[in-house]
Amino acid sequence: MPKAPAGTIYRGREGMWSWVAHRVTGIGIFFFLLVHIVDTALVRVSPESYNEVIATYKTTIVGLMEVLLVAAIVFHAFNGLRIILVDFWSKGPRYQRQMLAGVGILWLVLMVPFLVRHLSHVFGG
Amino acid sequence: MTLTTEAPGATPAEAPSAIPSFQVTMRLRRFNPESDTEPRWENHTLTMHGTDRVLDALHKIKWEIDGSLTFRRSCAHGICGSDAMRINGRNRLACKTLLKDLPLKKPITVEPIKGLAVQKDLVVDMEPFYAAYKSIMPFLITTGNDPSRERRQSPADRERFDDTTKCILCAACTTSCPVYWSDGQYFGPQAIVGAHRFIFDSRDEGAEQRLEILNDREGVWRCRTTFNCTDACPRGIEVTKAIQEVKQALLFRRV
Repeated sequence: MPKAPAGTIYRGREGMWSWVAHRVTGIGIFFFLLVHIVDTALVRVSPESYNEVIATYKTTIVGLMEVLLVAAIVFHAFNGLRIILVDFWSKGPRYQRQMLAGVGILWLVLMVPFLVRHLSHVFGG
Repeated sequence: MTLTTEAPGATPAEAPSAIPSFQVTMRLRRFNPESDTEPRWENHTLTMHGTDRVLDALHKIKWEIDGSLTFRRSCAHGICGSDAMRINGRNRLACKTLLKDLPLKKPITVEPIKGLAVQKDLVVDMEPFYAAYKSIMPFLITTGNDPSRERRQSPADRERFDDTTKCILCAACTTSCPVYWSDGQYFGPQAIVGAHRFIFDSRDEGAEQRLEILNDREGVWRCRTTFNCTDACPRGIEVTKAIQEVKQALLFRRV
């Protein structure tokens, strides 16, 4: 035990963790967009360096980062719709947990085919 | 000191023999402002019974082991809202949480509620919480002469705000809110529940003023719908739903 024992983390339920995940994915997507704007703008500066940068995106490690990016965007998109429903649909707050399960199902439905296709590109050349 | 249903010290041998007893470790987060610079954890292992609540365990510690343990409780039956605390990481009323409903293999952690300054052990400074409640004017506002008889209301109109009349001001919701932990200026779920109770009351005429107060930067728009408040409420108020209705009133009915 350290000298000043920390308090415990609040054990929130689905609602709290979906909010945390929404924040984390949102901030992640924001930083991706910053980089993306910079790399796309590069084509106006120098098409050669643009090509160079885009070439590095074809490596395996970036391919795996793309998996994280798509996973984050798909979650953020569907959970965003859930939050809109929580705020605007009169029964939204009551069914938030079921809607989160729906977000998870839709996320899987989109991610599984994407992963199959994307990873076969990444690892299959 | 008030008496509770048990007679302290007298019972262990006789009556509870029919009630299953078990060992439970209470892990309390304690802080004595006179001797501690930081809060510390303290464990007590007790023999308790299937009918005992977390509050009974705290009583046992206070009455039989360490009289310096400090916590608030008054009615001990879930009505006064004094003993909200963080039990196993979640805001609960100690008097409404049965020990047997908690996992007893591990110690039961009991901490003060978050987001309000700890004064001693489980006692926090509730003043900022009450100040937020006062600021939404939790009283009937009317214009014109007082009627000569009661203000009548249809059952349907009464039903409109029934849920938010249940609030006991225990602060379990407000101190479960991640927004409130990081921003003490936020009114917090309870104040919005308190406002909701009057905004949707057909007899009240202060809705505009209250909505204006909650339209503030630190008002209802700070809600991030984490549902911690709804999960924490010992009265089962759908707090997030009440907040949503206030948001809707601001968006559509008035503007």
